[in-house]
Amino acid sequence: MALPNKPKGELKAVKDPDVVEKEVDILIIGGGMAACGAAFEVRKWMEPNQTVLLVDKAALERSGAVAQGLSAINTYIGENTPDDYVRMVRNDLMGIVREDLIFDLGCHVDDSVWLFEEWGLPIWKKDEAGKTLDGKKGLKMGTLKQGAKPVRTGKWQIMINGESYKRIVAEAAKKAIGDTNILERVFVVELFLDKNKPNQIAGAAGFSVRENKVYIFKCKSCLIACGGAVNIYQPRSVGEGKGRAWYPVWNSGSTYYLGMKVGAELSMMENRFTPARFKDGYGPVGAWYLLFKAKSLNGLGENYAASEAAKKELQKYAPYGTAAITPTCLRNHLMLFEMKEGRGPIIMDTVTALAELAKTMDKKDLKHLESEAWEDFLDMTCGQANLWCATNTEPEKKNSEIMPTEPYLLGSHSGCCGFWVSGPDFDWVPDAYKIKADNGKVYNRMTTVFGLFTAGDGVGCSGHKFSSGSHAEGRIAAKQLVRYAKDHADFKPELPLSKEQIVDMVYKPVRTYLQFAGYTTADDINPNYIKPNGMMYRMMKATHEYGAGTATFYTTNNKNLEIVMEMLQMMREDCEKLAAGDLHELMRAWEIIHRIWTVESHLRHIQFRKETRYPGFYYQMDYPGQDDANWFCFVNSKYDPKAGKWDIFKKDYIKLIP
Amino acid sequence: MPSFVIQEKCDGCKGGEKTACMYICPNDLMVLDPVAMKAYNQEPDQCWECFSCVKICPTQAIEVRGYADFVPLGSSIMPMLGTEDIMWTCKFRNGLIKRFKFPIRTTPEGAANAYDSLKGKDLESPMLATEEAENRVIPRPKELVK
Repeated sequence: MALPNKPKGELKAVKDPDVVEKEVDILIIGGGMAACGAAFEVRKWMEPNQTVLLVDKAALERSGAVAQGLSAINTYIGENTPDDYVRMVRNDLMGIVREDLIFDLGCHVDDSVWLFEEWGLPIWKKDEAGKTLDGKKGLKMGTLKQGAKPVRTGKWQIMINGESYKRIVAEAAKKAIGDTNILERVFVVELFLDKNKPNQIAGAAGFSVRENKVYIFKCKSCLIACGGAVNIYQPRSVGEGKGRAWYPVWNSGSTYYLGMKVGAELSMMENRFTPARFKDGYGPVGAWYLLFKAKSLNGLGENYAASEAAKKELQKYAPYGTAAITPTCLRNHLMLFEMKEGRGPIIMDTVTALAELAKTMDKKDLKHLESEAWEDFLDMTCGQANLWCATNTEPEKKNSEIMPTEPYLLGSHSGCCGFWVSGPDFDWVPDAYKIKADNGKVYNRMTTVFGLFTAGDGVGCSGHKFSSGSHAEGRIAAKQLVRYAKDHADFKPELPLSKEQIVDMVYKPVRTYLQFAGYTTADDINPNYIKPNGMMYRMMKATHEYGAGTATFYTTNNKNLEIVMEMLQMMREDCEKLAAGDLHELMRAWEIIHRIWTVESHLRHIQFRKETRYPGFYYQMDYPGQDDANWFCFVNSKYDPKAGKWDIFKKDYIKLIP
Repeated sequence: MPSFVIQEKCDGCKGGEKTACMYICPNDLMVLDPVAMKAYNQEPDQCWECFSCVKICPTQAIEVRGYADFVPLGSSIMPMLGTEDIMWTCKFRNGLIKRFKFPIRTTPEGAANAYDSLKGKDLESPMLATEEAENRVIPRPKELVK
């Protein structure tokens, strides 16, 4: 469709966009589960004269990681205790986590799940005979809040009919915050510190992806909740299929970029998540392992994870490896070992699992079981269902392959990178875990930048929040956003840049494009600029080959890291020459900037931590194995926006829960 | 598996300010060609196949074709989103058809309780508004490392 010398998109960018300036007390950036939690909670605590605005890159109804739906809620405490929740998360993440944050989340997450059910999310229940009731039938047993028993797959997960999960949560969020306080299709690209008050958040800038408009916001407190980072490594599918990322392809690391650029301290950015999923379609495996009790086999048909060799290998990583539930990274580690030894591919034995279950079932129950297996995909990874159809795969007749994906950065799933934030202000939380603002008060979930908060994927050192926990964490943060704004009612935010300087920064790729387009006959190839698509491939190739991507079975070493750091430095320099001819391309230009900074911080942390803490997620081959004597600690980093320099350092881990 | 728009069925949402698919796509992929008055997916390799556009299209003009990199031809899965359920028709490459119906919500659309009248009292406490209203107690760790 593209004609020479024409930007591809329908919404052409102009040199001088309109400018909209808005000042509010509280600014919420993002629209996923955490931001929706904040939107639900925030006005319940605001004074009548306080103001709030939520800014989402997409439409709240279907934005964020839950856009497509989900087939389970992975964190529901229920009959368990927050103490055990801490122990589970700590074991899965190889010991180094913020137990204060995890415990705190465990105290509030169920309240969000109860709200979801009240709002209309169907949650599966067990009847007296132990049979599953889904949809409205589940309500016959009462609600979870009233004590009804959910259908547990593991100790912490509950099954739902979750196609409309996000729509339901967004509906409540929109009603609570009010339509006039939501701005959709506006992409926030930079935050600002205050011109006068050191280390205080003062505002943000972004642009509309629908009209030529730059937005400049001023605020007293701000929440960044824009998800994790996807497609920072070359994905296994590099054609059309690179859209089929496991985590949402639109998560561009904006949370990390926005905070780090104003000097907020990051923590555990070396931690990544490379989920093992059904190959190519990236459908979920949890229900297959936990609900249908399927086993994964190597290419020889052996249940390799139960072998003596596997047990011996896991012992090397005791106590984590020998715990009742093997940590996610070590499950990958065992799988990779089989693949490297030439005993792949890894197969999910759906045939045997369903045959076993069928032995105790009548025809009707069997039909329902089949439907449950398909719903698991159709509720959250429709494309995997189509892949089954296209390959004539009926899971009761034909097995499917599983494989570890490309790496992702996130803080809410089985990963824990993000910001170093304040814990709650309880007497049992050590001072080292509390962040005090200028007034001496502790604000839960505040980053090291005063007035800047985060939640969900943004909070480091506390994974396994998932959808429900992210929502609850957004609510926790929202109350603190209000409290901070109220305690700083006299603060008048002032931005460090003029209106013209901000517009020039945000629209720089457009102005570069308009200046040079036309010099060549092919719009995408011009020595004066680089299009975001080209820069994306350049970043992916570099991280893939040097930064422990799938190309090297997730291995890297000092020399490789040194090389990729130099490449990333040049990429950041060349980002000054990004060009965008239309508004969609302008979004892609800023996304690639966010991704490059995010993956650079990831690799800086890997470079600093001289051990292999998470075998199966990545391997630092110069330092194989875990080194508890030197590295049983957090790794934190801070970018100094004034000096343009990084500082990276150890931070003590403090064990709280025995 | 990029979404695609069937020429004949798309009416550009009748010249509205934006089409339904443009409104919903989480990745800003669906656009309207204002001359042809037809929508299209402007960046198929950034499509997450979330089916949001397929589900929302008022004329059922949008379907999905499996990613060229790894999906054999000939299959299709099509949703019909209702107010209480979603119906899926899954067509295999070999012609087999499976139909599934799953519940999506237990309340009428728009009925979610936003607790508008609920106002928190103690801004200094660790309670969320609903927790405070029910006088719930925030647990402490049962045991702490000495």
